Amino acid sequence: MGAQLIQVDWAVVLIMLPLSAAMLGFLLPGMARNIGLLAALLILFTVVGLGWQLTQTGVYSHVAGGWLAPLGIQLHADGFSLLMLATSAIVGVAVSIYSTGYFKAADDQRFWPTWLLLWAALNALFLAADVFNLYVTLELLGLSAVTLASLTGSKDSVSAAMRYLLSTLLGSLAFLLGIGLLYHQYGSVDIAILSERVNDSTVSWAALGLITAGLALKTALFPFHFWLPPAHASAPAPVSALLSALVVKASFYILLRLWLGLFDFQQDSTVANMLGILGATAVLWGSIQALRQIRLKMLVAYSTVAQIGYLFLAFPLAQTGGNRVWYAVAYLMLSHALAKAAMFLVAGNMMLFGGHDRIVNLDRVVQRLPVTVAAFGLAGVSIMGLPPSGGFIAKWLLLEAALAQGHWGIAGIMMLGGILAAAYVFKVLGYAFIPSPVPHQAVSVPARMQWMALLLATLAIMAGFVAQPLMQLIGIGALFDSTGSMP
Amino acid sequence: MIWNNWIPLLVVLSSLLPGLVIFTLSEKQWRVRTFLNIFGAVAKLGLVGWMLWGVYHEQHFETRLALLPDLDLVLRAGPLALFFVSLSTLLWLVTTVYAIGYLEHSPHRSRFFGFFSLCVTATVGVALAGNLITFLLFYELLTLSTYPLIVHRGTEEARKAGQSYLTYTILGGALLLFGTVWLYSLVGTLEFTPRGFLSQVDAQHHPTLIIIFVLLIGGLGVKAALIPFNGWLPKAMVAPAPVSALLHAVAVVKAGAFGIIRVVYDVFGIDFAASLGVTAPLAWLAAATIIYGSLRALFQDDLKRRLAYSTISQVSYIALGVAIAGPLASIGGVVHLVHQGVMKITLFFCAGNLAETLGVHKISEMNGVGRRMPWTMAAFTIGAFGMIGAPPVAGFISKWYIGLGALEVDQGWVLLVLAGSSLLNAAYFLPILHAAWFRKPPEKWPHEHDFGRHETSLALLIPPLITASLALLAGVLAMLPFSPLEWAKLISVREFYTP
Repeated sequence: MGAQLIQVDWAVVLIMLPLSAAMLGFLLPGMARNIGLLAALLILFTVVGLGWQLTQTGVYSHVAGGWLAPLGIQLHADGFSLLMLATSAIVGVAVSIYSTGYFKAADDQRFWPTWLLLWAALNALFLAADVFNLYVTLELLGLSAVTLASLTGSKDSVSAAMRYLLSTLLGSLAFLLGIGLLYHQYGSVDIAILSERVNDSTVSWAALGLITAGLALKTALFPFHFWLPPAHASAPAPVSALLSALVVKASFYILLRLWLGLFDFQQDSTVANMLGILGATAVLWGSIQALRQIRLKMLVAYSTVAQIGYLFLAFPLAQTGGNRVWYAVAYLMLSHALAKAAMFLVAGNMMLFGGHDRIVNLDRVVQRLPVTVAAFGLAGVSIMGLPPSGGFIAKWLLLEAALAQGHWGIAGIMMLGGILAAAYVFKVLGYAFIPSPVPHQAVSVPARMQWMALLLATLAIMAGFVAQPLMQLIGIGALFDSTGSMP
Repeated sequence: MIWNNWIPLLVVLSSLLPGLVIFTLSEKQWRVRTFLNIFGAVAKLGLVGWMLWGVYHEQHFETRLALLPDLDLVLRAGPLALFFVSLSTLLWLVTTVYAIGYLEHSPHRSRFFGFFSLCVTATVGVALAGNLITFLLFYELLTLSTYPLIVHRGTEEARKAGQSYLTYTILGGALLLFGTVWLYSLVGTLEFTPRGFLSQVDAQHHPTLIIIFVLLIGGLGVKAALIPFNGWLPKAMVAPAPVSALLHAVAVVKAGAFGIIRVVYDVFGIDFAASLGVTAPLAWLAAATIIYGSLRALFQDDLKRRLAYSTISQVSYIALGVAIAGPLASIGGVVHLVHQGVMKITLFFCAGNLAETLGVHKISEMNGVGRRMPWTMAAFTIGAFGMIGAPPVAGFISKWYIGLGALEVDQGWVLLVLAGSSLLNAAYFLPILHAAWFRKPPEKWPHEHDFGRHETSLALLIPPLITASLALLAGVLAMLPFSPLEWAKLISVREFYTP
């Protein structure tokens, strides 16, 4: 039994499952919800299968249909892919269950097929072994994300989605140009082959610039973040959670993979330092803007801008800080995904309950939606980087690297970012305790919507206690341990 | 013994698990809630008693769990850790009984007692932490779990007090984190070691170590209410009386003071800290805080605010005793951790009783209150005499040892501070006692409740009587084994100074 299970191509299932569920949901709109829920649970199960396979046999590679690299589709899974697949599966299942309470039946048939398509794109992206497939999945991801963001059809959301669409297309275009240059110069799209051939040349630098700029735009790195807050804040709450937790991480995932796999030729650190400076600005700008917001969803969206900044702080640190910095980044991606998804679900609950999300008028929700407020508090702990939480582990490792290398500026920015995060999280919690002159409409919120938020937030906290085993899992394939060893 | 590896963890879990269950209870399930509260407190007391006996006989209790690739979560019960654990465990039990009586008819009790338990969990974690990162973890948990208790009443004033508390403590936490990470990147270990682990560090890093010391003490000084970090404490008085008791005697302020002891003795080592020249400024700061707190207390009419400023002053005795850097003074400082705790909690219980029973909040309303509530005011009187430092109450022992210790290392100026502070303490406590016992009671109390046969409800009356007796006994029986004083001497021998 065990021997047969280890042979299963879990990775292929991970792509085909959501894809066929999306088709089925499209063909049978009345059953879309049930199909989607079943698929979500099966995906979670499949990721566990893949994880088990990886721990037993190490890195997994698969050639779809027997065609080799430039023509066919190759899949590749190591510890980092597994982390992202697992994060998507956990957030995906929680958001799927949440959305059964959030969406009316009429919205269901539009939400489920698109969401499953997005999930298929995410999984395929995390498993892609060549840059062209990365491009295809990235494009598919962007388009399904824009569709989801405009789901309500309100004026705000449509104009925000339009801006989102243009940004994401522009980003993909730059990315496509970059990989076109690489293919033209080095004659391959396979990351493993490219990593042997790419050298220090003008074309490589041009490709590096285009790819980095395109992906930074899609990841909403300051100053390319302009599209994110309106798009994330005007989307329906479950969609906001998916966009903030998973979609922006996907483009960052590509950046990190290519950075480690292809662009290790660059000895001088100008680009890395520039990314670091933009990241630092993002931390400050995003946090200050979050603090200034009067609406909860906008606050949470700007918090994402700030948290993305932390991811980019790692680039200057990693030059001498080595692999620990990348582990910290992977950990931050995980804990931010869990915590931020929880926060958007919380915002959805409060919006449903009170009919608005103005922070100063939260009107004693702490008594009336205790589970939801607890979820916000726990998620907030991880976002602030306070112990015990996944966010703390990541920020401790980053701070340690910054201080060990004498990067005082980065260390200072990290401390300041944490304090500002505490300020905006507790601003919300403070108003949740006191009565407001404007009463709430007090619509009851289904229990599963509250508990899903709490589940994700609790997982973000629990991530603070399992750093050692989790980092071992992330380390499968040793992507971070020796730069450029992409198999 | 294999069991010894898990007892420190069990001590933490004995309040964490009941606390988590309490959150899920409805308001009506008060029997279950009370059972869980008392059960957790008694179980913790039993475990701590077992460890006290074990540590006295040189057994080791240590729980070690992996936290980061090369940093562990360590809970270790040494003599100093147990000193603080015993204090908070004992006072937690008493305060729980008091809080059950105090909040009898108020809303949201499940939330209150849930966070109450978390707060004690964090305090016990702070006490048992075996390295600086574990300490930091529980220290921040303490900040977070206290916040909902401060804003519990849900008024705008409470929200502002909570905000002020957080502004101070989050900044303090950031300083502490910064100092801790810096220290770790410098020396690669954070394990608390008797007599410190930094004396071998190369001399070129000494200026860095001084900055780290300032960062750590700054971070801890916020909770320990040192100048200029104590603005939050008087504002936090808006919280219910059991919370004030917890803040001032059991948990928050104490965690800061305890952290200072840890940093000075178990991170830097007292001799090394003195050779860096950082202890003398700490002593001056503590002395200034003592005088400042007492002066401000003089001018408060609100009873709880006067007590709050008194805390600012009294807790700095701990830092002062520690920073004088002499064996006897450190015994005085450490023992004051417990002495101040039992005395101050008595005073806050009594203030809560006056407010709940008679609606008396101000000192100007306290005329003749001793005739209406003789037992409460008797307890208050013992606490107040202890604060002034009159023998045989426990406070006298602390001051005696700090004074002797200062003379031992030729720091005569400390005596002036002690004398001045005692005078000021007398100046702000004696008028209260005079008014309460010798003035005529008013025709009508501001807001009187009738509790039948006794002067107030028994759940409110018995806790201050117990703690007042403890304050008295700690002074009278100071020379018996297992008294706070004897235990402080044991700590000094085993952890502070090279014999």
